[in-house]
Amino acid sequence: MKNIVSFIVGALFATGLVIGGMVKVQVVKGFLDIFGQWNFDLILLMISSVLVHTVLFQLIKKRPTPLLDTKFHLPTRKDIDKKLLIGAAIFGLGWGWGGICPGPGIVNLVTGRVESILFVISMIVGMLLYKNLEKLQQQKVKK
Amino acid sequence: MIWPILGGILIGLSVSVMLFFNGRVTGVSGITSSLLVKSQESKDWKVAFILGLLVAGGILYAFFPQHFLQTSIATKIDYIMAGLFVGFGTVMGNGCTSGHGVCGLSRFSIRSLMAVLTFMIFGIAGTYLFKLTHGGL
Repeated sequence: MKNIVSFIVGALFATGLVIGGMVKVQVVKGFLDIFGQWNFDLILLMISSVLVHTVLFQLIKKRPTPLLDTKFHLPTRKDIDKKLLIGAAIFGLGWGWGGICPGPGIVNLVTGRVESILFVISMIVGMLLYKNLEKLQQQKVKK
Repeated sequence: MIWPILGGILIGLSVSVMLFFNGRVTGVSGITSSLLVKSQESKDWKVAFILGLLVAGGILYAFFPQHFLQTSIATKIDYIMAGLFVGFGTVMGNGCTSGHGVCGLSRFSIRSLMAVLTFMIFGIAGTYLFKLTHGGL
């Protein structure tokens, strides 16, 4: 049942991305190009998505548990460290350079275009690269 | 103007459905990166989510191909560089536009707010640098 919900969420999420313009590189770059001909469409998408979830989050959190699980799995970290900011900065540069963030990257695979496949493969390589670096660092600390 | 708003509402609804039923945060980079390593936790719901993205994406692509990735002046190398940065940065910073952006901001998480401000500023910088070096978007 949980998996069916996840599948439906994925499908709705992708539909939102596509009709909202997030999957189109030109729209995303037009939004980030504030010094050029700024296309503010995506600010509307961000505001509306956050507003909807802010309201529903408050309602959902009134329940002791989610419907299909024994507890809510919410992030608990509150610290703002160098890793968070440097990571976000690196992600931002890549997002601005290519006009694609992870969700739209995966959705764009359906076009079968070489560019979209190269993007996702490199994204996975980048993810593994950081995970392995982190592991190496932790091993060093232990020694 | 109506489409980005409708898209945003749909995104906000979908992440709310995930929280209401499964108690999970819908962070695409976190879901994807945790599928790459061994773990005791169940991966099924994550795979189902990605499949949902692809199936809906495929159906929409059949009807509205103009809403997807299109030819631009960006080369294959540009997409590889962008992918590496996006993958590395989202794992290092624990989230992307969905996890920190939609989910984090809606929970009033200061950590996510700082991440969003940072990736917006550097996103603007990334697009600016691209434009500077390529002469267009």
